[in-house]
Amino acid sequence: MSDDELIWRIAGGSGDGIDSTSQNFAKALMRSGLNVFTHRHYPSRIRGGHTYVEIRAAEHEVQSRGDGYNFLLALGDSFARNPQEEAYYGNEEIKPLSENLDELREGGVIIYDEGLVSEDDVEALNLDERAEENDWHVFPLDLRGLAKEHGREVMRNTAGVGATAALLDMDLEHIEDLMEDAMSGDVLEANLDILHEAYEDVNEEYEFEHDLRVPTGEHDTEQALLSGSNAIAYGAIDAGCRFIAGYPMTPWTDVFTILSQNFPDMGGISEQVEDEIAAAALAVGASHAGVKAMSGSSGGGFALMSEPLGLAEMTETPLVLVESMRAGPSTGMPTKPEQADLEHVLYTSQGDSQRVVFAPGNIEEAYEQTRLAFDLAWDYQIPVMLIYDQKLSGENKNVDIEFFDREPSPDLGSTLTEEELKEAAHDNSGKFKRFNYETAEDGVAPRSLPGQKNGRYLATGNEHSPVGHISEDPDNRVAQMDRRLEKLEAIRTELDEERDSTQTYFGEEDAEYGIITWGSSQGAVEEAVDRLNADGHSVRGLSVSDMMPFPEQEVTEFLESVDEAMVVEMNASAQFRGLLQKELGRFGEKLTSLLKYNGNPFEPAEVVEGYEVNVAEEEREPTAQVRIEPAAGD
Amino acid sequence: MSAFNAIGDEREIDRDEYTPGVEPQPTWCPGCGDFGVLKALKQALPEVGKTPEEVLTVTGIGCSGKLNSYLDTYGFHTIHGRALPVARAAKLANPDLEVVAAGGDGDGYGIGGNHFIHSARENHDMTYIVFNNEIFGLTKGQTSPTSPKGHKSKTQPSGSAKTPLRPLSMSLNAGASYVARTAAVNPNQAKEIIKEAIEHDGFAHIDFLTQCPTWNKDARQYVPYVDVQESDDYDFDVHDRAEAAEMMRETEDVLNEGTVLTGRYYIDDDRPSYTQEKKAVGELPDQPLAERYFDDDAEWERSYDLLERHK
Ligand SMILES: Cc1ncc(C[n+]2csc(CCOP(=O)(O)OP(=O)(O)O)c2C)c(N)n1
Ligand code: SF4
Repeated sequence: MSDDELIWRIAGGSGDGIDSTSQNFAKALMRSGLNVFTHRHYPSRIRGGHTYVEIRAAEHEVQSRGDGYNFLLALGDSFARNPQEEAYYGNEEIKPLSENLDELREGGVIIYDEGLVSEDDVEALNLDERAEENDWHVFPLDLRGLAKEHGREVMRNTAGVGATAALLDMDLEHIEDLMEDAMSGDVLEANLDILHEAYEDVNEEYEFEHDLRVPTGEHDTEQALLSGSNAIAYGAIDAGCRFIAGYPMTPWTDVFTILSQNFPDMGGISEQVEDEIAAAALAVGASHAGVKAMSGSSGGGFALMSEPLGLAEMTETPLVLVESMRAGPSTGMPTKPEQADLEHVLYTSQGDSQRVVFAPGNIEEAYEQTRLAFDLAWDYQIPVMLIYDQKLSGENKNVDIEFFDREPSPDLGSTLTEEELKEAAHDNSGKFKRFNYETAEDGVAPRSLPGQKNGRYLATGNEHSPVGHISEDPDNRVAQMDRRLEKLEAIRTELDEERDSTQTYFGEEDAEYGIITWGSSQGAVEEAVDRLNADGHSVRGLSVSDMMPFPEQEVTEFLESVDEAMVVEMNASAQFRGLLQKELGRFGEKLTSLLKYNGNPFEPAEVVEGYEVNVAEEEREPTAQVRIEPAAGD
Repeated sequence: MSAFNAIGDEREIDRDEYTPGVEPQPTWCPGCGDFGVLKALKQALPEVGKTPEEVLTVTGIGCSGKLNSYLDTYGFHTIHGRALPVARAAKLANPDLEVVAAGGDGDGYGIGGNHFIHSARENHDMTYIVFNNEIFGLTKGQTSPTSPKGHKSKTQPSGSAKTPLRPLSMSLNAGASYVARTAAVNPNQAKEIIKEAIEHDGFAHIDFLTQCPTWNKDARQYVPYVDVQESDDYDFDVHDRAEAAEMMRETEDVLNEGTVLTGRYYIDDDRPSYTQEKKAVGELPDQPLAERYFDDDAEWERSYDLLERHK
């Protein structure tokens, strides 16, 4: 694998600028014509602590992080070097080197910062011996010293990038351009000096005795490097969303921040409020008054939104909520991904409560499904949720700019104009029959907005009559409940008949075996399926996005077409497999599970291995971090 | 053509327009103080020139929360304690709406306490009426945050060990720019205060004493009221924060001892409302957002213009 792709890992301490450096380097690789995909690993801590970002760059498409990596740039953790901090941070100074060696592939390259990692530390690691065993190529460089000489210590990242570029025989042009965009004056000068000097020093001092080179690629259109959070925020903007309310919680904060920063320029409103109950309630209030609104949170904050979610449903106020999962229960692992809030999102809120739930599997889908979420919410007056996770939220991938070239749709769906309201049904006192079950189609009773003539009604979270009066009349109750329930069926029909499927298939059409997954595990599964097929297996993959209403027909057809299927998801209780069995009522004997819940997303190799053990029944133990659940009856 | 023609309609408004047809009739108990709020509002709204369609009343849950079921405006009966966040956003979405939020003492000072503090702090331009009957009515007589210390109820059988909350001081300290207390048995004052609160540009909090003859028979609301503005015994400047605070403290000290003082306690006409503040920092558009969706000429920004920075 390593011959046609580069997986560059930059490791250091949180707060060391790892993120911005890697973002720029990823862009430079993208500009040189490669497909890129980033994976970020960080602790729940602002400064210090071990963090890394991986950039996978290849000529072929990349949908996932790879297995391991082949180039390490290990910067020291400067903060652990401060003796005053040591009591708190512990002795972590060589972590960027020691923590990362296990996953470095054979033949890999290491640059480490001699200025920050001492000789004794390196000796203690047995680096020489391990390097020889694994055919690693080690380059100790005084990055800190170089940075200090020309500017400031923190610029050692730039020195690292310069050295990387030299070792990979890479053109500096794109890196320079990006630096010029990002900075100016003395800072720019200093950084450029550092970049060039590191580049030249390495060129002069070292031979290229390793095989790694930047692969060469070409894009025929322009590319943008963006994250799942960007895609969701931009999807919302194009859908006409102009109101967001929230309360910070990782990783939801990203979407919240992006919209808060852009809304002032486009006449949108952003509100950071006292808690998540308020946040979702504000979104309901804004939507009620006539603005396309959205809120969201991560698991713990979303728990508080259960109330306003039900209110939106009962009052038939259109609403989009996003839930960005991280490992739970409770505060769990704030910066680690997991797909374990599925049941929480599907079933929270009291009563016969219903909502639409989409789980996008990659960045493009995140954009598409956000637009779809707004369309459906406003057409059907129902809450629509997007469930995704820390992985999809923070990973970056290049997307063809042309993909985004479409019209914004600020359409308020089933909202009437004053002209239309004049013609609509009213009761004797002149109140608009807002919840008129007699004339509703697909369960949808068109609405009015406060301030419109002839549109007066009461919206209430209690059961209500057609004009909105609180009502416990049994006949009215049944009529209203049946009407609301009808919406989900109508949405299923629309998704099946009028729209492109939001499910994603990969691999061979008439395969013997299946792998089925959901949400952000899609990329790793897709790559695993390709590899398995290349190895002579016969596998088809399906990634499901519609969690509610469930695509019963599509999934049934898929499961009928294969002998056995493995369900891949990042949680310990096999929630998606449970959903499959609940929705389909059969296939228990065909399904096994591959579960991962250690805080790191799947690598493709783990899925391959899980398949070999699980389905092809190879006699060996799978990786400790992955759990296998046998089929029902086993 | 505007999408909201009911807003700013200048015609004479008949009070009956605020009363729904035959149905629904209030389900409040005979003698309930809530009738007083309903009546005062029905009188005040036409007098300030608001048509039923330009008013949005947002309520919580409780006997009090049913207010807008019996008042023929646009209404949103929300969930327990959440009237204010819903109301705030509706006002931001369409600042031309006249927003009146209401709820009970359990609703507004208990479960919704956090929202109350922050709505006052932000000084949202709206009126917030709290029906303070010092008890949970709808759930049948449990102790509320304003019930006096020692109050016995089914859930506090030995008498409450808690000191009651001080709503007036609380909203003053949180930042409300208009704070008053009135009472259901004082209808003229109630109407005048509601009118003033609606016309006030900022968060106007009215602690509205309402009796609950069904569950709170011992409550002091039955004793005569003293209007602090009318009485010679009380002299303070309603625009002076320190004097207002002092008066509130005195009032709240004696409330449960049989002396009930009502009236205006604090009026700050200079503090900009949240809408103004938000406009000043460039975070609220001039044209109401809600209007924009009906405006055929409105330019809708494309997110892909933002992609420049991602190239
Ligand atoms: C989340 C939630 N908790 C509890 C209730 C039950 N509940 C309904 S009304 C009420 C008390 C209302 O008391 P108050 O706000 O003082 O209003 P009142 O009925 O006295 O007017 C409670 C606890 C509810 N509806 N929702
Ligand atoms: S229970 Fe009390 S508050 Fe509720 S309607 Fe009856 S008297 Fe009024």
